[in-house]
Amino acid sequence: MFKIVKRTEMAQGTVILNEIEAPLIARKAKPGQFVILKSHEEGERIPLTMAETDPVKGTITIIYMVVGKSTALFRDLKEGDGYQDVIGPLGRPTHVEKVGTVLCVGGGTGVAVLHPITRAMKEAGNNVICVIGARNKDLLILEDKMKTASDDLRVCTDDGSYGHHGFVTDIVKKVLAGEKVAQVVAIGPVPMMKAVSAVTKEFGVPTMVSLNPIMIDGTGMCGGCRVSVGGETKFACVDGPEFDGHKVNFDELMMRLRAYCDEEKQCYEGYCRLSDG
Amino acid sequence: MAEKQAKPGRVPMPEQDPAVRRRNFEEVPTGYTAAMAQEEAARCLQCKKPGCVEGCPVQVDIPGFIRLLTEGDLTAAIRSIWQKNALPAVCGRVCPQEIQCEGKCILAKKGTPVAIGNLERFCADYERNHGTGALPPKADPTGKRVAVVGSGPSSLTVAGDLILKGHAVTVMEAFHKPGGVLVYGIPEFRLPKAIVAQEVNFLERLGATVECNMVVGRTVTLDELFEQGYDAVYLGVGAGLPRFMNIPGENLIGILSANEYLTRANLMKAYKFPEVDTPVPMGKNVTVLGAGNVAMDSARTAMRLGAEKVRIVYRRSREEMPARSAEIHHAEEEGIEFMLLTNPTRYIGDERGRLTGMQCLKMALGEPDASGRRRPVPIEGSEFELKTDLVIVAVGSGANPLLTQSTPELALNKWGYLITDPDTGKTSKKGVWAGGDIVTGAATVILAMGAGRAAADSIHKYLNWGW
Ligand SMILES: Cc1cc2nc3c(=O)[nH]c(=O)nc-3n(C[C@H](O)[C@H](O)[C@H](O)COP(=O)(O)OP(=O)(O)OC[C@H]3O[C@@H](n4cnc5c(N)ncnc54)[C@H](O)[C@@H]3O)c2cc1C
Ligand SMILES: Cc1cc2nc3c(=O)[nH]c(=O)nc-3n(C[C@H](O)[C@H](O)[C@H](O)COP(=O)(O)OP(=O)(O)OC[C@H]3O[C@@H](n4cnc5c(N)ncnc54)[C@H](O)[C@@H]3O)c2cc1C
Ligand code: SF4
Ligand code: SF4
Ligand code: FES
Repeated sequence: MFKIVKRTEMAQGTVILNEIEAPLIARKAKPGQFVILKSHEEGERIPLTMAETDPVKGTITIIYMVVGKSTALFRDLKEGDGYQDVIGPLGRPTHVEKVGTVLCVGGGTGVAVLHPITRAMKEAGNNVICVIGARNKDLLILEDKMKTASDDLRVCTDDGSYGHHGFVTDIVKKVLAGEKVAQVVAIGPVPMMKAVSAVTKEFGVPTMVSLNPIMIDGTGMCGGCRVSVGGETKFACVDGPEFDGHKVNFDELMMRLRAYCDEEKQCYEGYCRLSDG
Repeated sequence: MAEKQAKPGRVPMPEQDPAVRRRNFEEVPTGYTAAMAQEEAARCLQCKKPGCVEGCPVQVDIPGFIRLLTEGDLTAAIRSIWQKNALPAVCGRVCPQEIQCEGKCILAKKGTPVAIGNLERFCADYERNHGTGALPPKADPTGKRVAVVGSGPSSLTVAGDLILKGHAVTVMEAFHKPGGVLVYGIPEFRLPKAIVAQEVNFLERLGATVECNMVVGRTVTLDELFEQGYDAVYLGVGAGLPRFMNIPGENLIGILSANEYLTRANLMKAYKFPEVDTPVPMGKNVTVLGAGNVAMDSARTAMRLGAEKVRIVYRRSREEMPARSAEIHHAEEEGIEFMLLTNPTRYIGDERGRLTGMQCLKMALGEPDASGRRRPVPIEGSEFELKTDLVIVAVGSGANPLLTQSTPELALNKWGYLITDPDTGKTSKKGVWAGGDIVTGAATVILAMGAGRAAADSIHKYLNWGW
């Protein structure tokens, strides 16, 4: 069992943080890598990026949004409970290099994934500008940490309840128009990554996105996670999860993410009915 | 039943009725009774130069164990099999006997070889259900430690052999359950998972440690294993890279590799969804591409998951189908249709990206190719469209590069398989052995086990004498 040593609720209980004992993984993990977790015997294998690792304490931290049955089951785990299986570190680590100014763009729980990458970019000596967004103020996560990790943090909300009123792409445009940016990193919901990539393409700035297709094994053995990048099929779990945003076929990714829509609804509703008594 | 006269035919193994079993996941052949086993065993001529033994890749003493069986000494019979084959309950069920032991049986000429696989299965099942479960004697601890990577049949063989020789063994598996293809690939109705679990449990009772969730190359590297004090490492990581057809439309929803489909159905038990959390697509009109064991397993799984129609689409003809003959026969009985000499060229989807059909070409057999099989050539103008809402691609697998890429000292051939010494299984890296599908490419359980045994012998020598 992989014990949960710390649990916090963020964004009104829709986003949960778990710090988990996983010494072998904590020792090896690098920014950008993910783990696959399964909470119980009959559970699903769910991929989540590591938001933080502590090799000395032997723990890893995940931050996830509750969207369906499996993440709802995760939410019900208390401190002291544990995950039956945690597998990793999986995926390729982020390529971190000193390139000058880096613009990091995060949306929703994507900010959790973006945080360790932002920190690594700064530690590598880059000037790091960050833009983070959420639907509203209450759903915004990790603002403080992102502030510390970057040189300049901009915040926006879709409804204007905090920071700039509008989408992250508005600010991205502004930054790119005013400054020489060497690299953009965009992580968040697929439509957001698609929109940011479209903007940065206009400006000709290389852009890295982190994809989240449906996965099973996470080791390149099932092909369920296949994505089209530059017209070629790639397995996100071993070739990614990070890819060149200018080459990713986002529409196909969005379509494939809906593969199990009906089954997921059935599963989740069944679970809600049970847990509501 | 037991009339005293030479029986020309084989004693058939009782099976679930096809009409019933095509909708359940219970095992298809239900096993011999003791009387049936005796009757079948009595057909063996106890040849002086038994062809059957030659046909078995690990040379099980077939006349020997059959004689012990006829004498009623089942404990001695299973011990005799174990000398060469650590997993007889598995091999009795899944070996392609018709081209191995039974294919070389002297009675095969008359079309009625001794049912060696069935008898092997009977002995193993009897031992499992009635045996004492006593552990075999173990050599004194040598103080040497061996890491066995992967937990498929080749790794389990290595672990079993080395633990009995007194070495400390740790099996490291990437998945959350041990067994390799035996648990994630081959379905319950052909190989009950309880059998594999018991084999793994047996190893643990002998003192082996089984660590799941260990992706070697990621969670720990080979060099780190040596730093941690392991003296030798065996790689039995299989050939788990799915191959696709590389034709347009392949990423539509409703096209899965057999690996994904079977992993969802078997390992994640998706056939019990929504009781379990992992879904598997339920096709109404299912098409399976390929005609090997993997294709048969996929097709028969789809039927059990409630499909209305299941078709196997294969570009060659019936003679070339690589699956075990028993599986082809079972698939036909269960109502699977075979569409031979047909090759898909393109997938068709709707506006939501869901598969609705497949464009195919008819093929004809041309000249023999490098494999000696007649090469299928497309017939011009023979395109037609097939309606289908789920395609399972079972056209073979390749070498998964996850581990080998993180260990550059390991020499690979041009297909990415590990190069090893054919007699010992030694790789190009000191202290590292390999065997099974990661060396040969997708093959069979018994060949993977044979490679494991040879490597275990070599590892034992190395640990004792350093070579
Ligand atoms: C490499 C990677 C890293 C990720 N990191 C994070 C993270 O740090 N934080 C976070 O909140 N989310 C992350 N995700 C997404 C997360 O895995 C899904 O939200 C989760 O699997 C949903 O499971 P569910 O059963 O609760 O929801 P479901 O009801 O099953 O599905 C809800 C949505 O999640 C998608 N989904 C379902 N199953 C999977 C699966 N096995 N793999 C991927 N997506 C799936 C579905 O397409 C659907 O749109 C990541 C995904 C990947 C592939
Ligand atoms: C659906 C299907 C049906 C089949 N039917 C038959 C049949 O009827 N008869 C027959 O003889 N053969 C059959 N085969 C073939 C047979 O199963 C294989 O040849 C055999 O299992 C190979 O054994 P192996 O030990 O080499 O590897 P595998 O059984 O493939 O096991 C490899 C294991 O290593 C693990 N692994 C991989 N990488 C790592 C890593 N980096 N770290 C840790 N662990 C890792 C994998 O998760 C896996 O569990 C079938 C195969 C399939 C897929
Ligand atoms: S191991 Fe396989 S080939 Fe050998 S005797 Fe048994 S069934 Fe036949
Ligand atoms: S070849 Fe056939 S008849 Fe002869 S010993 Fe082997 S099983 Fe018996
Ligand atoms: S998750 Fe199976 S290949 Fe990527």
